[in-house]
Amino acid sequence: MASWPLLSFTTFLPLIGILLILPLRTSEAEAARNARYVALWTTLVTFVLSLFIWANFDPANPGYQMVERVDWMPEFGISYHMGVDGISVLFVILSTFLMPLCILSSWEAVQHRVKEYMIAFLALETLMIGMFCALDMVLFYMFFEGVLIPMFLIIGVWGGARRVYAAFKFFLYTLLGSVLMLLAILAMYYVAGTTDIPTITATQFPRSMQMWLWLAFFASFAVKVPMWPVHTWLPDAHVEAPTAGSVILAGVLLKMGGYGLLRFNIPMMPEATEFFTPLVYTMSVVAVIYTSLVALVQEDMKKLIAYSSVAHMGFVTVGLFALNEQGIEGAIFQMLSHGVVSGALFLCVGVVYDRLHTREISRYGGLVKNMPKYAVVFLFMTMASVGLPGTAGFVGEFLVMLGAFRDNTWVAMLIATGMVLGAAYALWLFRRVVYGKLTRADVRSMVDLTPREIAIFVPLVIVVLWMGVYPSSFLDMTSASVEQLIQTYQTKLAAAGDVSLAAR
Amino acid sequence: MEVLVVFLPLLAFLIAGSIALFGGAPAVAAPAGHGHDHGHHDHHNHHNHDAHHAGDDHVHPAEEGDDHDDHGPVAGPPTVGDRVAQLVTTGSVLISALLSWVLFFDVAVGGDPRTIHLMTWIQSGTLDTAWSLRIDQLTAVMLVVINTVSAMVHVYSIGYMAEDPQKPRFMAYLSLFTFCMLMLVTADNLVQLFFGWEGVGLASYLLINFWYEKPSANNASMKAFLVNRVGDFGFALGIFAIFVLTGSVVFDEIFARVPEIAGQSMTFLSWEFHGLTVACLLLFMGAMGKSAQLGLHTWLPDAMEGPTPVSALIHAATMVTAGVFMLCRLSPVFEYAPVALSVVTVVGALTAFVAATIGMTQYDIKRVIAYSTMSQLGYMFFAIGVSAYGAAMFHLFTHAFFKALLFLGAGSVIHAMHHEQDMRKMGGIWRKVPFTYAVMWIGNLALAGLPFFAGYFSKDMILEAAYASHSSFGLLAFWIGIAAALMTAFYSWRLLFLTFHGQTRADHHTYEHAHESPMVMLVPLAVLTLGALFSGMLFAGWFVGDHRLDFWGKAIFVMQENDSIEHAHHGLPFWVPLAPMVVGLIGIGLAYLAYIANPGLPGRITATLGGLYRFVYRKWMFDELYDALFVRPASWLGRGLWKTGDVTVIDGMGPNGLAAATRLISARASLLQSGYVYHYAFAMVIGVVALIAWLSLRG
Repeated sequence: MASWPLLSFTTFLPLIGILLILPLRTSEAEAARNARYVALWTTLVTFVLSLFIWANFDPANPGYQMVERVDWMPEFGISYHMGVDGISVLFVILSTFLMPLCILSSWEAVQHRVKEYMIAFLALETLMIGMFCALDMVLFYMFFEGVLIPMFLIIGVWGGARRVYAAFKFFLYTLLGSVLMLLAILAMYYVAGTTDIPTITATQFPRSMQMWLWLAFFASFAVKVPMWPVHTWLPDAHVEAPTAGSVILAGVLLKMGGYGLLRFNIPMMPEATEFFTPLVYTMSVVAVIYTSLVALVQEDMKKLIAYSSVAHMGFVTVGLFALNEQGIEGAIFQMLSHGVVSGALFLCVGVVYDRLHTREISRYGGLVKNMPKYAVVFLFMTMASVGLPGTAGFVGEFLVMLGAFRDNTWVAMLIATGMVLGAAYALWLFRRVVYGKLTRADVRSMVDLTPREIAIFVPLVIVVLWMGVYPSSFLDMTSASVEQLIQTYQTKLAAAGDVSLAAR
Repeated sequence: MEVLVVFLPLLAFLIAGSIALFGGAPAVAAPAGHGHDHGHHDHHNHHNHDAHHAGDDHVHPAEEGDDHDDHGPVAGPPTVGDRVAQLVTTGSVLISALLSWVLFFDVAVGGDPRTIHLMTWIQSGTLDTAWSLRIDQLTAVMLVVINTVSAMVHVYSIGYMAEDPQKPRFMAYLSLFTFCMLMLVTADNLVQLFFGWEGVGLASYLLINFWYEKPSANNASMKAFLVNRVGDFGFALGIFAIFVLTGSVVFDEIFARVPEIAGQSMTFLSWEFHGLTVACLLLFMGAMGKSAQLGLHTWLPDAMEGPTPVSALIHAATMVTAGVFMLCRLSPVFEYAPVALSVVTVVGALTAFVAATIGMTQYDIKRVIAYSTMSQLGYMFFAIGVSAYGAAMFHLFTHAFFKALLFLGAGSVIHAMHHEQDMRKMGGIWRKVPFTYAVMWIGNLALAGLPFFAGYFSKDMILEAAYASHSSFGLLAFWIGIAAALMTAFYSWRLLFLTFHGQTRADHHTYEHAHESPMVMLVPLAVLTLGALFSGMLFAGWFVGDHRLDFWGKAIFVMQENDSIEHAHHGLPFWVPLAPMVVGLIGIGLAYLAYIANPGLPGRITATLGGLYRFVYRKWMFDELYDALFVRPASWLGRGLWKTGDVTVIDGMGPNGLAAATRLISARASLLQSGYVYHYAFAMVIGVVALIAWLSLRG
């Protein structure tokens, strides 16, 4: 098993699905039906395949596993290099887990250009998985940027009324950051002579160079996370994106930023990391408080959840830069749980949007009466988002705050206000949508979850509970690599300290 | 057995919850409104229901209005699903209750504490938490309290909620609450304690909001959750501080480390503090939220929006005492933080006082009892503040019985009066509900601490300990406690007199139809009455008497010189033990004077006091203050940050600004494209000149 190129299989399997969909030339309706089934099966098989990655993964080994390496452009030191460690492996699983649910959720909601829609999603899956597995900067950059294209199309073609504005905003914001990252990659290549990530991680860059490199990478990842103040693309993108697009956007795409910080900024530029930590803390704290307050006054369901995502990702960035085990493991866990929970929340919005075609909160009210099953799922996910112990949301949030407290009590105290503010906006949303009196005729005629929708939510609920009650299954996967990362960071920092002392 | 005690209610919750969700039409189809709902699909049921409701309308004339407890949605006869849900939940909690008494005698009386490890929970770096059941003496006491009261409330609810169409949902929530509360008290680390803590918060949120169509219930439930979250904010930070100080969140490990680090300071925010004091104060903040102590108490009176059995179980007997339990559990830590203990004393005493003053002015029968609960919780806290943990737990224990009794008795009154809660519309009904009347007397006698009733033993012990602690804060608490005891007796008998005596102020129809509650509600009352009568007498020796050291074992730790209970047993002035009883009698006498002998008196007094009365009547204006300080600024800030911060500044300078700038520049640039060749040629020449100039300058 181990000799298989498992990662490449998983990464490129969705492309086979595309090849199957492309030649569908039958009538529109039939092609749409076939495209849906092909996409569903492809993503399901991909998910199963990715479980083999999990099974083969050795949690005790902190290094890269299931490594594949083929020379690509040897004269430039660029190779096709894939592998996963404890930091990335769970993101691969997260991507493959969310994909079939996305396809299912689009089953009826998407009715035009179904073929192209499914192709876009399958391409997206390949690019996402590839991004998390890539161990070469050029490869990484291709996947990282490639993700933009299908997402841009998904928002721009299947989105809402202001989809073109949102798509362009999304594209420009993220591209602007990425251009700087490309420059940084080039600069690193000139120093290290290779684009191989493990090699570069072992390279020591001069302090002044680290600063610039750090800022360039940070520009790209901060937009992706997104951190305040470069977050304004997210609410627009979410509002206009189709439901499944929002799920992937919140579930996986935002994690690319956190993952990037963890993979590049922290281990490669430790001195700069240390130097800029106060900046990151400040931006994160502002994000948590600012966006929570903004979420409190939103009138659009999706916008509210989008702002809550920014706040939750603020926790992530704090955890990453606390640079202790609880902080980083908590941040990774928070990213995973946010991927599942906010994905589920967007699906919850999608359920009512499909019925009433509006996201305006005040149009709803009293849904618990005619949609009790929906109310239960929505409440469960709301509580997970609020961070109720026993759900996935708690573990990450708790560990991050604990890690932050060990490093800086001000930061811990300030982000802990997110516990209160987060509960405020989430319950306020829930109350307006689900509780109250059922008055409007059209709201009253909405039907409860269909079997298809139940099939979407059941796995999500199970995963959220599992992550909340027995998080060890996930924390154990990450701990060895995180420990090594912290060690690398501290060793390099200490070495740099010696050098600068010696120079004096 | 230990596992059964805790997890039976969870199982019951899952079963009843499934029945509520999938159990079929009635729960969904029967509207929880006033029968004006025409939107559902089951027409057969629909007609049945409407007919039923129409028939009911003349029986229930007093259904509208905000003060009413029960918005009386009326269901048909209970379905099979209802019955199964009631049976499963009530049965399992009853079994749990029986088993917890067995455990009580085994663990507490027998002195055999134990911890059962279930599985790991969160493990990261040196942080190691597990799901486990720690059953020691403190836990055993709590198990008995929780499961006994919960079982009685379950039984009572079968009768009380008989007219509600959503019985399975209600029973499921009750069981969920019971489970979370049990997880809270069996925790062997702070994080599991936090799990139970938030879990009961969720259950409380759901139960307050049980009648989810009422906006007042929606608001009250949100308020309860959010105010508790403010407390939990402190609690969480407290856990982190403890972890940083001791390197663990497991109780035994913390307790072992505390003496070593007692003198250590830590940096919190930008200042150096005594480490344990910071940690304890932060943890106390959590306790203040859950136990409705002054400052974070505003949610408790509003929580009375929930059905009355909920108020009895959650907002009187169990959940609100979680803070007291936590502080007792952490006695080995608090003992090393004397400043924190002083704060606890003062906050507790002030709470007891403020709540009692408000209790004297309210007219909603449930709110009076709610403020009484808050006041009694204040007593428990200042007992902790003077290191009389045993006395605090003892009062928690007796209070659970008599306060649950009072609430369920009030529920019985409300039931009799067709969901009327305003005491101004009651009066003179004691002949109609003799049993309820009798148990309310007993409950109030126990609350006021008249001799030989339960409260007498526990409340006296607290006051004596406060006096004997010989600290100025303890003495302050003693005098405030005496004043509060006077007011307690006054508002208790005010309640009795207004509700049961005098000329009736209810409308004729309601008065005529007032009736005693069914057996299924009276039996729990009877059981709790036994508690109100005997729980003090029987258990005083173990909780605070000569056997207390053996009884509590290692579960409670008191430093030698702090042991105020010990001091109280020796050489108090003769008047100290008598004082609470005397002021209690005075309070009763005053109430008699004001509400029986001279009914015009209260009106004259309130008129004289004027502004002061209105200030107290409006609950010391806490709600108004918080609204002005936090609620409105939050929404104002949110809107400002959104419209100005995001839209104007960030988007305006960022993407939209860039786009606008690009458009502007391209518009200007296109002006340059005039189409005349000589324009272009001229530009080229200028360009070439500039280039040459630059190159030559560089060269």
